[in-house]
Amino acid sequence: MDPSFIVIQALNGLASASSLFITACGLTLVFGVTRIVNFAHGSLYMIGAYTAATLVPWLLQFYFGPVTFWAGILASAFVVGLIGVLIEVLLLRRIYGAPELFQLLATFGVVLVIQDAVVQVFGPQDILGPRAPGLRAPVEILGRRFPSYELVLIAAGPLVLGLVWLLLRKTRFGVLVRAATQDREMVASLGVNQAVLFTGTLFLGAFLAGLGGALQIPRVAANTGMDLSVIAESFVVTVVGGMGSVPGAFLAALIIGQLQAFGILVFPKGTLVVVFLLMAVVLAIRPNGFFGRPEIVGGTHAVGIASRTPQPWHKVAALVVLVLLACLPLVADPYLLKVATEILIFALFAFSLQLLIGVGGIVSFGHAAFFGLGAYGAALGVKLLSAPMEAALPLAIVLAAFGAALIGAFVVRLSGIYLAMMTLAAAQIIYAVAFQWVDVTGGDNGIVGVWPSDWAGGQTRYYLLALGLTALAILLVRIVIDAPFGYALRAARDSEARAEAIGLNVRRLRWRAFILSGATAGLAGGIYAFSRGSVDPSLLGIPTSVDALTMLLLGGIQTITGPLVGAGVLHALRDQVMPLTSHWRLILGLSIIAMVLIFPRGLVGTVAAWREARA
Amino acid sequence: MSAPLLEVRNLSAAYGRARVLFGLSFELHPGEVMALVGRNGAGKTTTLKAIMGLVPASAERLAFKGRSIVGLPTYRIARLGLGYVPEDRRIFTDLTVEENLEVGRREARAGLSPWTPERLFRLFPNLAEMQGRRGNQMSGGEQQMLSIARTLMGNPEAILLDEPSEGIAPVIVQMMAEAVRAMKAEGVAVLLSEQNWAFAAGISDRACVIERGEIRFQGSMQALMADAALRAETLGV
Repeated sequence: MDPSFIVIQALNGLASASSLFITACGLTLVFGVTRIVNFAHGSLYMIGAYTAATLVPWLLQFYFGPVTFWAGILASAFVVGLIGVLIEVLLLRRIYGAPELFQLLATFGVVLVIQDAVVQVFGPQDILGPRAPGLRAPVEILGRRFPSYELVLIAAGPLVLGLVWLLLRKTRFGVLVRAATQDREMVASLGVNQAVLFTGTLFLGAFLAGLGGALQIPRVAANTGMDLSVIAESFVVTVVGGMGSVPGAFLAALIIGQLQAFGILVFPKGTLVVVFLLMAVVLAIRPNGFFGRPEIVGGTHAVGIASRTPQPWHKVAALVVLVLLACLPLVADPYLLKVATEILIFALFAFSLQLLIGVGGIVSFGHAAFFGLGAYGAALGVKLLSAPMEAALPLAIVLAAFGAALIGAFVVRLSGIYLAMMTLAAAQIIYAVAFQWVDVTGGDNGIVGVWPSDWAGGQTRYYLLALGLTALAILLVRIVIDAPFGYALRAARDSEARAEAIGLNVRRLRWRAFILSGATAGLAGGIYAFSRGSVDPSLLGIPTSVDALTMLLLGGIQTITGPLVGAGVLHALRDQVMPLTSHWRLILGLSIIAMVLIFPRGLVGTVAAWREARA
Repeated sequence: MSAPLLEVRNLSAAYGRARVLFGLSFELHPGEVMALVGRNGAGKTTTLKAIMGLVPASAERLAFKGRSIVGLPTYRIARLGLGYVPEDRRIFTDLTVEENLEVGRREARAGLSPWTPERLFRLFPNLAEMQGRRGNQMSGGEQQMLSIARTLMGNPEAILLDEPSEGIAPVIVQMMAEAVRAMKAEGVAVLLSEQNWAFAAGISDRACVIERGEIRFQGSMQALMADAALRAETLGV
């Protein structure tokens, strides 16, 4: 390889590392002080890009020159900083003490709201910003042309690092932020108003996200997909660098930038896989990242189902519901049956997640990975092996279980927020593979022609098959939940240290729970593939994971039947409401936020609480 | 007698369903040192935390300088001039000695000469030698000094001091006693929670004996020292 090419690749890597660092630095600062992983950080980045791509050309009309350009970039970042303040005052302030799952879900609600708002404000089309005045001509490095704007970006990363360092070391605000990162209660006992500190931190974090996005405008068109892609990368950077550590984020961004620049030569279509491998290696050696520290928060934040005494009427009720569902084809038209089939599938999917979250206290944010793996397993079985449905469905379970075993093997080393972020990142990797490996997966188009065997064809027969499989799988998982294995999982959820002390191997327990949960989700995915006749990468996406979490939240995390009810209600709502409005994401986002704030126990949980209160 | 600085009437607190305090009442007057003594688990630490708003509590009256502080956020209580030194010291270990003091700094109060790092270094000479050192490289005794100095930086009129003698070397315990006397000389009132009877007896004007979340005795230190039977029963000394 020619040395000048290597230098250029390395410079490319440095430029993307800078952008990534500036964004991730904001995320890690906000986390350090507020202990909230702000899912909406990528959305702030996106707003930064859209604002700059709109504002800078407008400003350049009045006076064309570098000063206008850079003033426009900073002004855009400032606007985003103010939006961050708004988010802190309206939402984050109310959920600082809430379990991590709720915090992540609430900020994901903000992601949905912002996605809708961005389309409303800036329109659906991508916007490419102007090139920077004074930096239009490329420079020549070792005989190769290199964009001069990239050189400025390379300098911007260390500049921001230096300024943040000075802010944290040399100002009272910085000293207070660092103290609050370690012990918020003590800071309050010394008379410091945390609200001001938190709002200030959110401004800074959002400003940096907006700056990261605004700096992209000459390179990448602002588009509606950039929020989720940048948040996944930022998660990786903050986790590898150590949550809350600014120098760690810088180091991680540098390494990831280089890995991407050179990894693209080795795996032209799978740079994310290389990044994932790096993350696996780093976390295997240092579970808290380069400069992270173990969480010192007392007690677990887990919320989950409690033990209860089985009552005979539960079984009778379940049987009655099952019989009623089996009679549905007598009265329903094919469309209703199709909807009912999907509800069953998502109920099973949400139920498999309940095993992890409600029983195991393992907050997986990438459960779509296993649903999607199941769907792809079935579809690939049909397409590559020409397998019939009877063979392809087991294949779905096997592929999902295998994926869960692999991902589970190292995420069970982590806990809390790290685990949530890692599962999300892992799901994004699988999403990227499905998207990029066109030869096998069909890329964006997916795989079509996945139809059930003749005996199960037709809406009615397939509905009954889905009902049978779903009921069977739920029954089996329920038996496991009430078996010693389930009790051990709950013990580990409520107190990891005590569970270890009585001789439970917590990691192995959780790993097995992962595999069981993954396999169940895989079955749901397989049934889904045959019900629709096709699969595509969206099944693996973050929105699918969040759907499952929303169903759980809606139904109630502390109950076994919650996810089943939640799946039914959410799906029915979507079926009814989505055709009527173009603001489904806005409605869903606001509903998620409202549920977290007002209704955290969910439908079934709230009903149960009423009954308890009356008894 | 002057108006009380801190009034506590019928203070109760609970962790979840477990009640810990059952209607405590006492007063702290300007410039006095009062000891809360009692066995481990009697409720001394919870009393201090409840006053600071760090654990949920209810009270008929809980007032500082005549102003009710029930339900006030912790930082507001601290700003009124009530300092708090927790039992586990809670030094910011990533921050240097100077930075720890900076976190505690608040504006001076009328009628009190403000505490500055220089004055505090005279009170705790050990700290003067390690201004740039980080909290995680300090001994337990040094951390205790820093924790007190940090709270004094807020120029409080009263300090809640939780077990300052716990787990530190005898020579440093002597220094703590000096520090409490120095605070008193400056007119700072001290509510001291202590298990070390000798230490508490040596520096306190008055005492409250707490047992299982209730007050068993309240009065002057001399009176408690004279009542050997009560001490043997409630404190084991």
